[in-house]
Amino acid sequence: MPADATTPETTPDTTTGNATGVDVAAARAALKDVAREPGAAKPDPILVADGIKRQFGGLTAVDVAHVEIQRGVITALIGPNGAGKTTFFNLLTGFDRPNEGTWSFNDRSLNKVPAYKVSRMGMVRTFQLTKVLSKMTVIENMRVGATGQRGEGLFSAMFAPLWRSEENANTTRADDLLERFLLIKKREDFAGSLSGGQRKLLEMARALMANPELVMLDEPMAGVNPALKQSLLGHVKSLRDEGRTVLFVEHDMDMVRDISDWVIVMAQGQIVAEGPPDAVMSDQAVIDAYLGSHHDQDLSEEMEAQILAEAQAELEGRHEAQHMPLEENRG
Amino acid sequence: MDFVTILGDSLQQALGPTAIIYCLAAIGLNVHFGYTGLLNFGQAGFMMVAGYSIASAVTVFSTSLWLGVLVGLILTVILALLLGVPTLRLRADYLAIVTIAAAEIIRQTVSGAAFSDTFGGQDGVTDFISGFRAVNPYSTSLDLGIVEWSANDTWVMTVGWTMVAVSCLIVWLLMRSPWGRVLKSIREDEDAVRSLGKNVYAYKMQSLVIGGLFGAMAGFAVALRSGAVGPSFFATDVTFFAYTVLLIGGAARVLGPVVGAIIFYFLITGLGTFFSQATRGADPLIPAAIMDSQQASLMRFIFLGLGLMLLMIFRPQGIFGDRRELAIDAR
Repeated sequence: MPADATTPETTPDTTTGNATGVDVAAARAALKDVAREPGAAKPDPILVADGIKRQFGGLTAVDVAHVEIQRGVITALIGPNGAGKTTFFNLLTGFDRPNEGTWSFNDRSLNKVPAYKVSRMGMVRTFQLTKVLSKMTVIENMRVGATGQRGEGLFSAMFAPLWRSEENANTTRADDLLERFLLIKKREDFAGSLSGGQRKLLEMARALMANPELVMLDEPMAGVNPALKQSLLGHVKSLRDEGRTVLFVEHDMDMVRDISDWVIVMAQGQIVAEGPPDAVMSDQAVIDAYLGSHHDQDLSEEMEAQILAEAQAELEGRHEAQHMPLEENRG
Repeated sequence: MDFVTILGDSLQQALGPTAIIYCLAAIGLNVHFGYTGLLNFGQAGFMMVAGYSIASAVTVFSTSLWLGVLVGLILTVILALLLGVPTLRLRADYLAIVTIAAAEIIRQTVSGAAFSDTFGGQDGVTDFISGFRAVNPYSTSLDLGIVEWSANDTWVMTVGWTMVAVSCLIVWLLMRSPWGRVLKSIREDEDAVRSLGKNVYAYKMQSLVIGGLFGAMAGFAVALRSGAVGPSFFATDVTFFAYTVLLIGGAARVLGPVVGAIIFYFLITGLGTFFSQATRGADPLIPAAIMDSQQASLMRFIFLGLGLMLLMIFRPQGIFGDRRELAIDAR
């Protein structure tokens, strides 16, 4: 029973040059003509999601009507805490299942596709809480990342000549990546002994061993010191420059402004705005989502009364809505 | 006090058939727990299925022991699949609950009155071993001076240690391969492995089956050693003795179970003989006011527990383990 029945094609050299043949400049330029509205259609989407809804009991964590991710660019997914960004990530990558909705990667439907198959299709993610394999060395962590290894089948595993050459090739590739991510000195150390930032680097490098088309980074900057942040930024950009598509969740606005080509803003499970970084950051809907809609007004007595009345009306509206089916509730 | 006898007795047990049984059982648990992180508390169940298969092949179906071996291996695989299908997608503790329960269910069922004609109830199955003993190449006992094994035991030991050697070779071949690396990665973090495109469920199932097959070998060894199988041979404590053996030697090390079994049986027999001698005779070393010979027979288990506690405190990685692998773990 070989575990890897469907193995992807042999991987091209990923450490130098453009791995996927995507014209990065053209992909970025094409974004100029895209409408700055939630759910805008992209000229060349790699990932398309429709009507994704995920409910935990009565709480609707994610309710995305339509979203497309442009190929060959860096897209940031931002939003206040609890906006459902990570949940949306989990849904897209098969780590969680939505209650309803369809989504596809390279025009192949991902409905009910398990996480490991999503990854084999070329869509590899990292985690907010970094998941390194602590009791294994850095180089072993890297080797695990390579997909479609012949030695990972149970019967061929016992005969080293069947997989040794492939293993050597993978090790060379891993060493190149470790060199690039400045981890080569830590090659033989246990991954558990790395610092938080180094773990982020290792996780990113390990994801690259799978040679993904779309790299999904869940808060790559969380808990990383400022010095390392700059280096991480460079690494994320280098992913784009070699032709990979990057989708990342982030709180760090400087990073978002610095490296992303396109920004998608989520609030309360929905996509509230889309556009290039500068346009999005001055968007009223985004500011409202982060700071509340009354953040720049002095609180006069009339205002206070008005807000109170609005809140009261909203509460009553909600109270009535509870008796209605969920569909209508959302409006 | 006759130290030569103590040493002789200890050596006889340390290299004898019983140590082999626990060694094989622990090799299986090493694959489950040491490498994959699966908590199998029902190794005795796997042993029992195999032991009863080999015995009843002769007594019930009048076929050869070899057919019993084949049937035993097939039934073990089926048992592993039955246990794994519902539990391996769940958290690790569920497998522990299900396996310990399954082992007891098997034991209670086989010893039940309904099957007493076939399986002999509490008395178990006997009279199947003549075929094995007929091909015994040894005609005299093996005498090494201070320690002596009967011709029969020598034959069982020859077969048994061969099985141990073959098992260790298989484990070594598997665990140095990329397949083994995936198992170790699963032990560290399932989701990380899933995100890299490995079918975690299939790997865990393979591990459960392979470890169960080593348990089956231990079950065969029980049948060959005693020339009988009975429910009391496969009680729950058998599994926990096997875990002790594994922890003494060091989990996730190929030779850990071998060294663990030898040390475990050397110590437990040595302590037993020591206390039995120390309380025997007209003027015993330990006065009867402190301890009589009946109480002394339990002392070895008290010391075993104490030793295990000290081991866990001062050398949690066992004899062969790497302390760094444990020190890092923050869980």
